[in-house]
Amino acid sequence: MSVPKGKRTLDEVHMANLTRTLATSVAAGAIGAVLAVLATAVSGQAPAYRAPRLADGRPDFNGIWQALNEANYDIEVHMARPAMALRAGPYGPLPAAPVLALGAVGAVPPGRGVVEGGEIPYRPEALAKKKQHQENWLTSDPEIKCYLPGVPRATYMPHPFQILQSTTSIFIAYQYAGAVRDIYLKDPGPPPVDSWMGQSVGRWDGETLVVDVTGFNDQTWFDRSGNFHSDALHVVERYTRVSADVISYEATIEDPKVFTRPWKMTMPLYRRQESGAQLLDFKCVEFVEELMYGQFRKTPLAR
Amino acid sequence: MNLIGFAVVLASLAPVHLAGQGAKPYSPPRMPDGHPDLQGTYDLATLTPLERPAGARAALSAEEVAKLEGAVAARVQAGNLPSKGDRPAPPKGGDGSTGAAGNVGGYNIFWLDPGSAYTIVNGERRTSLIVDPADGKVPQLTPAAKQRFAALLSRPTSDATQSDDPGLETAPGAYDDPERRPLGERCLLGFGSTSGPPVLPNYFYNNLHKIVQTPTAVMILTEMVHDARIVRMNQPHLPKTIRRWMGDSVGQWDGDTLVVDTTNFTEHTRFRGSSENLHVVERFTRVDERTLLYRFTIEDPTTWERPWTGEYAWPATDERIYEYACHEANYALENVLRGARRREADAAQKP
Repeated sequence: MSVPKGKRTLDEVHMANLTRTLATSVAAGAIGAVLAVLATAVSGQAPAYRAPRLADGRPDFNGIWQALNEANYDIEVHMARPAMALRAGPYGPLPAAPVLALGAVGAVPPGRGVVEGGEIPYRPEALAKKKQHQENWLTSDPEIKCYLPGVPRATYMPHPFQILQSTTSIFIAYQYAGAVRDIYLKDPGPPPVDSWMGQSVGRWDGETLVVDVTGFNDQTWFDRSGNFHSDALHVVERYTRVSADVISYEATIEDPKVFTRPWKMTMPLYRRQESGAQLLDFKCVEFVEELMYGQFRKTPLAR
Repeated sequence: MNLIGFAVVLASLAPVHLAGQGAKPYSPPRMPDGHPDLQGTYDLATLTPLERPAGARAALSAEEVAKLEGAVAARVQAGNLPSKGDRPAPPKGGDGSTGAAGNVGGYNIFWLDPGSAYTIVNGERRTSLIVDPADGKVPQLTPAAKQRFAALLSRPTSDATQSDDPGLETAPGAYDDPERRPLGERCLLGFGSTSGPPVLPNYFYNNLHKIVQTPTAVMILTEMVHDARIVRMNQPHLPKTIRRWMGDSVGQWDGDTLVVDTTNFTEHTRFRGSSENLHVVERFTRVDERTLLYRFTIEDPTTWERPWTGEYAWPATDERIYEYACHEANYALENVLRGARRREADAAQKP
């Protein structure tokens, strides 16, 4: 671009303005914020990726996404184990009788965990309850009965989910149990009633979609290992596109009845890239009828 | 793309809907891709039945509407009055009337939302959703379908209500297994074909639907049983081997109308006794700031003698859709089956 002598390019004007802003901010004592800006600008560590935009200029999250990890088995770091339900064997734990027939298919794959810092900061009595859940997994995990998964568990169920985003709506449809979330872009105020999936209110923080989720009941778990929460759960999710096919996902978990401090899960979410990727039906309600109601058939099947 | 978007912005800034002048066609608000914006939350409750009542004309006069809608409003008002507390308990074993809740009464009016007005299409207050055939009735079943229907009469269909479907309660084995109960009672789909397609009012409650629209997908959320049907735009259908509860829906634009084509239904869906060959074509058109016109054509040559078509207005609402966690609190299905087993055990005890 040719610029007449003595005139400044737009970039130069912006630079000069930025310098002035910086000077003013420093003078005002906003040192931390300025340092952060400088660090980003200078070191070049800012995410280079710029997501495609919707017409309103917001990053476009439309698509079919899925976590690729072992978090649904156990969000904490864990080694492989023989089964979800265990009993004591002569030389260590063995699969419990009801899951024995599954063999290697029923084994738990190992995982590095998705909990930042490695361990969940349970209050002592809550940790005891978690262990109780684990021991009674077969009769207590809400997933076994095809109940709605809650948040953030919906995100890392081993099923895809679809984000539908327009300039006026953001909606997430999950394949697992057909769970859904309407992400309100205008805060309707406190949720009038507790629910399985909570009430989600979204806002933008630059490149990041921040979803504040409240109004949960105490019926959902975080995984198949009995990690749980109370009805005081408050989840703050952050979705940031970091490449064409990856979302960086964070969920901050706050629940003073169960945890001594807030803690965070982090994981990448990947775009389902195969041609024709779409959500299909996983109405597992149908699949658990025999488990839940089979004993009340006129002629019950052998169990 | 940008140029198109710009043109669209200009178009959408132009004055729209000059009420009363009638000369200018309605120009709907548009999405950035230039297509009409169909998004919103809609309340489908209406007094207009699917089929036209015997002897009725296709449209009601203003006087007839005032009388009919007034009667409904009066009934709702009376039902919502505080009870006087002077009613005796219902007779033991019920009052002998048929219906849900063991003949002692079900929901009172406060809980119901069956509609308060007849649907308005082209300025007419309609007496049936069905507009083709012209008599407003579902066409005759084919002879093969009649045979099939007789054999499967007691098997629930996607349009079945909770319990007042003809034959459902008294058919042999109706309480033997969960699979014999209506899909709504099992929390698999909302009753009355509320999820569709075709999406019908259920004349009972929870008739809200929400549409979210993107260039590649249109999502239609049914309040009841939180079913999200995702219409894939400009895509081929799934292979016939993949069957879906609400079918496989693909969409395309016909001018300013969204046309959704649905096939690949499961053998369980069986809308009004249809076969797996059910083919539904829906047309969504925004007709004013607060209304979509919804039109559906049903085709299944293995079930009906001819295709049939219905239409009705989807008025927008400012109500919010709350979670419909059906299965999670489904004490009914277990107790329906347990009750049947108990009844059998009691009968076996009698000398």
